[in-house]
Amino acid sequence: MSKQDYYSKRTKEVSKSSLTKKLVISFFVFALMVASGIFAWKWLNNQPKEQGALKPLRKVLEANERILTTTFDSSKKSKVYSERDAVKKVRVNGWIGIKKEIDTVAWRLQVVRKPGDTLKLTLDDIKKLPKEDVIFDFKCIEGWSQVTHWAGVPLKTFMEYYHLNEQEQMKYVGLQTIDKKYYVGIDMPSALQSQTILCYELNNEPLPMNQGYPLRLIIPVKYGIKHIKQIGTIFFSNQKPPDYWAERGYDYYAGL
Amino acid sequence: MDLDESMSTESEMSQEPVVSNSQMKEAKMKQVIKKHPLAIRWFHWINFPVISIMIWSGLLIYWANSVYQIKIGDAVIYRFFSKDFYKALHIPYNLAKGMSFHFAFAWLFVINGILYVAYTVFSGEWRYLLPNKKSFKEAWQVLLHDLHIRTTSPPQQKYNAAQRIAYSAIIFMGIGSVLSGLAIYKPVQFSWTLFLCGGYTAARIEHFIFTLGYVLFFLIHILQVIITGWNNFQAMISGLEVIKNEKNIHAK
Repeated sequence: MSKQDYYSKRTKEVSKSSLTKKLVISFFVFALMVASGIFAWKWLNNQPKEQGALKPLRKVLEANERILTTTFDSSKKSKVYSERDAVKKVRVNGWIGIKKEIDTVAWRLQVVRKPGDTLKLTLDDIKKLPKEDVIFDFKCIEGWSQVTHWAGVPLKTFMEYYHLNEQEQMKYVGLQTIDKKYYVGIDMPSALQSQTILCYELNNEPLPMNQGYPLRLIIPVKYGIKHIKQIGTIFFSNQKPPDYWAERGYDYYAGL
Repeated sequence: MDLDESMSTESEMSQEPVVSNSQMKEAKMKQVIKKHPLAIRWFHWINFPVISIMIWSGLLIYWANSVYQIKIGDAVIYRFFSKDFYKALHIPYNLAKGMSFHFAFAWLFVINGILYVAYTVFSGEWRYLLPNKKSFKEAWQVLLHDLHIRTTSPPQQKYNAAQRIAYSAIIFMGIGSVLSGLAIYKPVQFSWTLFLCGGYTAARIEHFIFTLGYVLFFLIHILQVIITGWNNFQAMISGLEVIKNEKNIHAK
């Protein structure tokens, strides 16, 4: 199209008065829009907080979560790496709920099958189950990531071995550290994804204390905040179990 | 009003020796170009605050792990960003807040972007927007003209060659931001975006660079709008650009 065509198509003649009227209306609407934008922004920022996030934003995070849970495809795996790719110096992604010293002899993993019905397991019980290596890009919610090499029993295998079929039908798994100061809630489909393990080895060695000895969760379809260390208790629920960081403004789902 | 007709009568009239009629008209009538359709103006003005919120909340997220720097050899040329930068912009460390805003307003950014692209395609506005064969040669001339090195700029329609390139590029940057954003947001579920971006670390860097691109675009855009003046600016609000000197348009 030539330049002439553009102008002839788009040019019109209007009277001065109607032009002025049109401009006044446009600017009035524009000013109104700017004012309502500012008003909406102020309104949003003055909303009460729900679990540390502004209530309307929390609602959007929950809506995102509903979409992501329904579209979750457990056959999609976090990219698998080879042992060569794994770093030797593994970064610690959080210290909350980690005790320096624990009584490893007395430690039992407490699996609450039902309120009042708790299965108590030693580390040897868990080590007897088939071991899987998981080498993946560990992603911290802060933004850094590291290819790391972990090993343990897949949570799904674990639950099947202990006949936790009924519990598998529930919506969430809740986990707490030994001192109960750190706790996470995880949707069941993510928990049962094949790469999710109850982990007791890092780089073919027992877990170091600061990486959650004796037992931690490795769940590659979630951010690091869900990879709880020093697990004391596991329970199952249809309501969202409490989650340490979700109570402090973060997304509950935190899936990848 | 049929625009084509009024235009042709006008040009016929100006060729006639009798001027009294057109002089009379000139006093009461104004020639305007319907420059920006209403939809485009809405998309533009919605996009501006939304993208600002995305950049601001993105900075809140980035600050949780602000590790990017430009290096030559071992010498750090620039570190993104210094403490003073965050202080000056009143951006405290608040990752959770950044994420809650980012993943809510991302919806508006995506929806507004899809509507804008769909409108541009179906209305035919893309004809004035996408660069054509001449644009890349002409953009250089526009640049020289804008820098006052060249006195004339190439003839243009709605947008000049440099604008065509810049405004089209920003659409592709938008698409790039959404794809790299998805790759960071859900690298397992949207693994195809991760593949497109070349991995998680690459996706994060790309997402960051796109953002730097927006900021650069914004700075130049504002500068150009100020230089071009009121008539051009108000056309983004009213849609109409008033033709000050008719002859000029026809002469070019």
